[in-house]
Amino acid sequence: MIASLSGLTTAFVATTIDYGAIMPMLIIFATAMIGVLVEAFAPRSQRYVVQVSVALLGLLGALGAVIVGLDHQGSTLAGAVVMDGPALFLQGTIVVLAALSILAMAERFDGVGADAFTAQGAATPGSAQEAAAVRAGATTTEVFPLTMLAVGGMMLFPAAGDLLTMFVALEVLSLPLYILSGLARRRRLLSQEASLKYFLLGAFSSAFFLFGSALLYGYSGSLDLSVIAQAISTRSGMDGLLVPGVLLVLVGLLFKIGAVPFHSWTPDVYQGAPTPVTGFMAACTKVAAFGAILRFIYVGVAGSRWDWTAGLWAVAILTMVIGAVLAITQTDIKRLLAYSSIAHAGFVLTGVLAFDKVGISSVLFYLVAYGFSTIAAFAIVSMVRDDGSEATHLSQWAGLGKNHPVVAGAFAFLLLAFAGIPLTSGFTAKFAVFSAAVAHGATVLAVVGVLSSAIAAFVYVRIIVLMYFSEPAGESVHAVSPSIATTLAVSIGVLMTLILGVAPSPLLDLAARSSLFLR
Amino acid sequence: MSSFPWLTTIGLIPLVGALVVAFLPASLADRAKQIALGFSIVALLFTVAAALQFKLGSNLQFQFQEQHSWIGQFGVSYALGVDGIALVLIVMAAILVPVCVLAAWNDVPEIGKRQQTYFALMLVLETFMIGVFSATDVFLFYVFFEAMLIPVYFLIGSFGGSRRQYAAVKFLLFSLLGGLVMLVAVIALYHYGPGGTDGFLVQKLTGLKLDQTPGRLMFLGFFFAFAIKAPMWPVHTWLPDAATEARPATAVLLVGVLDKVGTYGMIRFCLQLFPEASKWATPAIIVLAVISVIYGALLAIGQTDIMRLIAYTSVSHFGFIVLGIFAMTSAGTAGSALYMVNHGFTTAALFLVAGMLIHRRGSKRIPDYGGWQRVTPVLAGVFLISGLSGLALPGMNSFISEFLVLLGTFQRYRVAAVIAALGIILASLYILLMYQRMMTGPKPDAAAGTPDLSHREKWVVAPLIAAFIVLGFYPKPALDVINPAVARTLQYVGVTDPVATHPAAAEGAVK
Repeated sequence: MIASLSGLTTAFVATTIDYGAIMPMLIIFATAMIGVLVEAFAPRSQRYVVQVSVALLGLLGALGAVIVGLDHQGSTLAGAVVMDGPALFLQGTIVVLAALSILAMAERFDGVGADAFTAQGAATPGSAQEAAAVRAGATTTEVFPLTMLAVGGMMLFPAAGDLLTMFVALEVLSLPLYILSGLARRRRLLSQEASLKYFLLGAFSSAFFLFGSALLYGYSGSLDLSVIAQAISTRSGMDGLLVPGVLLVLVGLLFKIGAVPFHSWTPDVYQGAPTPVTGFMAACTKVAAFGAILRFIYVGVAGSRWDWTAGLWAVAILTMVIGAVLAITQTDIKRLLAYSSIAHAGFVLTGVLAFDKVGISSVLFYLVAYGFSTIAAFAIVSMVRDDGSEATHLSQWAGLGKNHPVVAGAFAFLLLAFAGIPLTSGFTAKFAVFSAAVAHGATVLAVVGVLSSAIAAFVYVRIIVLMYFSEPAGESVHAVSPSIATTLAVSIGVLMTLILGVAPSPLLDLAARSSLFLR
Repeated sequence: MSSFPWLTTIGLIPLVGALVVAFLPASLADRAKQIALGFSIVALLFTVAAALQFKLGSNLQFQFQEQHSWIGQFGVSYALGVDGIALVLIVMAAILVPVCVLAAWNDVPEIGKRQQTYFALMLVLETFMIGVFSATDVFLFYVFFEAMLIPVYFLIGSFGGSRRQYAAVKFLLFSLLGGLVMLVAVIALYHYGPGGTDGFLVQKLTGLKLDQTPGRLMFLGFFFAFAIKAPMWPVHTWLPDAATEARPATAVLLVGVLDKVGTYGMIRFCLQLFPEASKWATPAIIVLAVISVIYGALLAIGQTDIMRLIAYTSVSHFGFIVLGIFAMTSAGTAGSALYMVNHGFTTAALFLVAGMLIHRRGSKRIPDYGGWQRVTPVLAGVFLISGLSGLALPGMNSFISEFLVLLGTFQRYRVAAVIAALGIILASLYILLMYQRMMTGPKPDAAAGTPDLSHREKWVVAPLIAAFIVLGFYPKPALDVINPAVARTLQYVGVTDPVATHPAAAEGAVK
């Protein structure tokens, strides 16, 4: 299909497909399809176990395929998919982080199905239909195939060689997320509101992306990123198509990472969505979207950067400052982490704006580091309960350190990582992006970055104060003991946060070796 | 030079101790403090053993060097080494930690996790303190510099007084802000340096040909962090809060050791790496230092809270130290280095003895005392001795260092030295007034029957008073170690002492 688009005027030539290269994505999509079949044919009582196992096995297979795929680098499917260092690195990252997210989503606590999700997504909150579904023991095991579909889209996103494939990937990853956001078991109205907001704003941003792609097609006569790059280097004039095109595509991509001023959905969706889904979005969506931004900018439009970097600088500065400042005023832990994720997106953007190989590798490292920490953080949020439902109000976290030293300790450690204290992955990651920025003429961004870090540190420190230095708010708030799945997700997240802080060399090395885009 | 990794060993011992103390089985939980004390004493013994092997005539800047690649991609090495200044500070820290553990013996009386955490945090802090003074890689120094904040933050926030939350957060935010600003300078410095996989080594970054503007900006980035840490006026405001809310032992480690990282950093990094910028900034820094001296002393006189009073005396003393460093004469800078050690012991004695008083009376307010020398004569005696050390009485340790600082400053900045000398007079005011209000007067009825110093408390005070007297009468060993290091640093800066001339001919040397 893509081949025919890029070659309308010439005779049809069957494209060669390197199956080894696209195998990771094929496995994920196949897993998703199997999941759909399981949903249709497996008996209700067994669906949960089967779905979780299928999803995890699929992810494991995809990880293996990514490793095998190291030998299959190159452009395939007529340039629609480009498997190069960054693409493979990010696909591997997405697969691993998705596996942790699946583990967190699979948490049942004492119930029959995944605890975070409603019994029946289609039932109106509080209706008889819903009550019936609960009585019947229904569980939304659809979340697992939906997640796999999103993962597939995410894997394609940073590997897309042309804007149309990128758009398809964007939609494939977004649509399941819109649904997943609306499936919370508790506070369902908030969840559905989040879903609707995310969908509407997401649709707008997709439209921006598409419009930008059309303008770039008008400019260069192709949607292929490398052709666009070529056109920029050879053609003069027609900036009226180029610059708005670039900016509009960037709007669509910056929306996904939650950069200011396209961030307004983030707190609402992060708050409303089921907590493990929030963790999944915060980690994996960011990885995928930053991958796409890197490819779009570095492969496609870097040549014209003098025309639009000022705008991206402004976005990066606003994102860091506003994310950090607004985080101060939050009283809900999920909204707070949402604003924190906005600030982090700003930090990553400073690495993107280095316009250098070092910038790419620093962004890759940052995404891994942040992904592990954030999934663990949201998994912990889902464990802290007040009378059965999540205790998301900050005041409910008071004194948690006294009653649950391990949970609070892990969370405090993650917060220190978010704050960028040395010997955590957060510090190494920040150092990497700021170093790249300073080395390539973006010292101002680094200065704004450290000042925002100082502001953000106040936010994180305040939570530690609450957990450790305040008296418990009430007896009813407690951390429920998680199953092995969540324990694993949290432990791996915390452990990676430590390892990447103390011995980051291997991953930095891998990121450096993976930082070359095929053009 | 032996190849035994002295510094790593000294740093590891408390860390192992911290882990042991933190994860003691319940059956041994009542032995937590003894174990903590044991580990800190072993660390001290190793420190002394290392110090005895320190070669005076060495022509290397750093001894006991260790170097391993840590994060090659960033140019970071795990590189340790000490010169004389770092060595005396490490020895001071190693002495103060067991003293503080002993002083903190009953801070958390209930046996269990909380007590174990308290002592474990102190030991972790010792590891970081040794690391920060012995790091010869700028990045590694920064890591210790920031990581150090976390144990202190928990020591204040979890175990401090009633406004501990406020004090802990204020402390952490001030320090983090300074540290993060420094981070930009650290990053930039690497890119101006030779780069490579060990490009953060101090040796590689010394003597760079920096352009004027970036050199000065980077200097300011470092200096800002160190000025907050030191703390200098006007970024000192976190110190009185932190000192008064922390437990006395924590306050000692905070003011006595941690804050020295600021002044140590000025010598090691500001002067050595940015000579041009240091000379450029000197006039402004001298002014700030003199303000710190006078302002800290004046505010100390006005305090009614003992701990805050001692904290403000430290602001004043840090003013002297900075003054001596930036006088950039061998007497001034050596005096400052010695002052750092002396101030550590003096402040420790003041805070700990004050802590003993507060423990007995249950109040930090000076007006709540009076006539205590009639109730607890020994306690009053050691308080007086500590105070006399604080006001730099001749024969006490501080006298020599303060004298050297003023002498060294006078060689170059006469007006500053004269104004700063007023600080000595103010020092006798704040110390003696405090003593008078608390100790003299009619015998207080309420305090009747208050016990005098216990055996444990005597063991706390004895090493400190011994240090006062030894360093007061025979500072030569310390100065012998410090002087070559200072000479080398001043050589990096490229300044020589002004030639002593007849006063009438020295008009031009004033500024």
